[in-house]
Amino acid sequence: MSKSFRFQTPLKQARGFGSGKSGTTHFWQQRVTGVAALLLSLVYVVLLVKLQGDDYPTVIATLGNPFVAVLMLAFLGVSVWHMKIGMQVIIEDYVNQPMLRVLALMANSFFSALVGIASAVALIKITFGA
Amino acid sequence: MADARLAASRPLSPHLQVFRFILTMAMSIVHRITGGFLYVGTLFVAVWLVAAASGPEWFALVDGVYQSWIGRLILLGLVWSLIHHAIGGVRHFIWDLGYGFDPKTADRLALFNLVAGVVLTGIVAIAALLFA
Repeated sequence: MSKSFRFQTPLKQARGFGSGKSGTTHFWQQRVTGVAALLLSLVYVVLLVKLQGDDYPTVIATLGNPFVAVLMLAFLGVSVWHMKIGMQVIIEDYVNQPMLRVLALMANSFFSALVGIASAVALIKITFGA
Repeated sequence: MADARLAASRPLSPHLQVFRFILTMAMSIVHRITGGFLYVGTLFVAVWLVAAASGPEWFALVDGVYQSWIGRLILLGLVWSLIHHAIGGVRHFIWDLGYGFDPKTADRLALFNLVAGVVLTGIVAIAALLFA
């Protein structure tokens, strides 16, 4: 990495901790969100099969059901975090050019946040009655 | 900084091209690729939800695109990606718990993942056709 993108200082050596304080945070979050997404995706697939081909009022009524909305929101929230930190690993593995790497990591955050917020706003609007 | 020369003299870890092709390695790559598909796939979900929240006209437009044959093909691919990636995740949980590391078991798990992913996707597709 070029000098301008070196955010680490010798302070970590002075403290003697290295990255040991948070080194497994993303690993663990990937597992927790993975378990949650696994369970919630079952609901999602059943919902998808049920809703495809249904007319607009049925779709709105189903998505507007609080039970469905809560599970959908949970599924989307958990999935967005799972994919954000997952894509971060892929970028950190393959994008070595410093400027490009920072831009890719930023784009990843923006895309994930936007998809999450858009889905959440839509679901909440439907639940509270269009 | 003086590490430019240091970095050049460091040994490089071997990468994909030096290894013999094996099933578990291919499955590791597919796990990442399906993850990537699902990453893009969330955009389809978000667009669909926003359309539904925006009223019947928007919903009809987006739903029409999704119900077209190409839309259905993409959705089928995403469903397969989700199922394959989910089973792959379970495989990772098994490894996290300390099981399934010997080559024979690892190969069996990989094969199971591959077959179960396709079979379950087929079941979802048939269910979708029956409920359509």
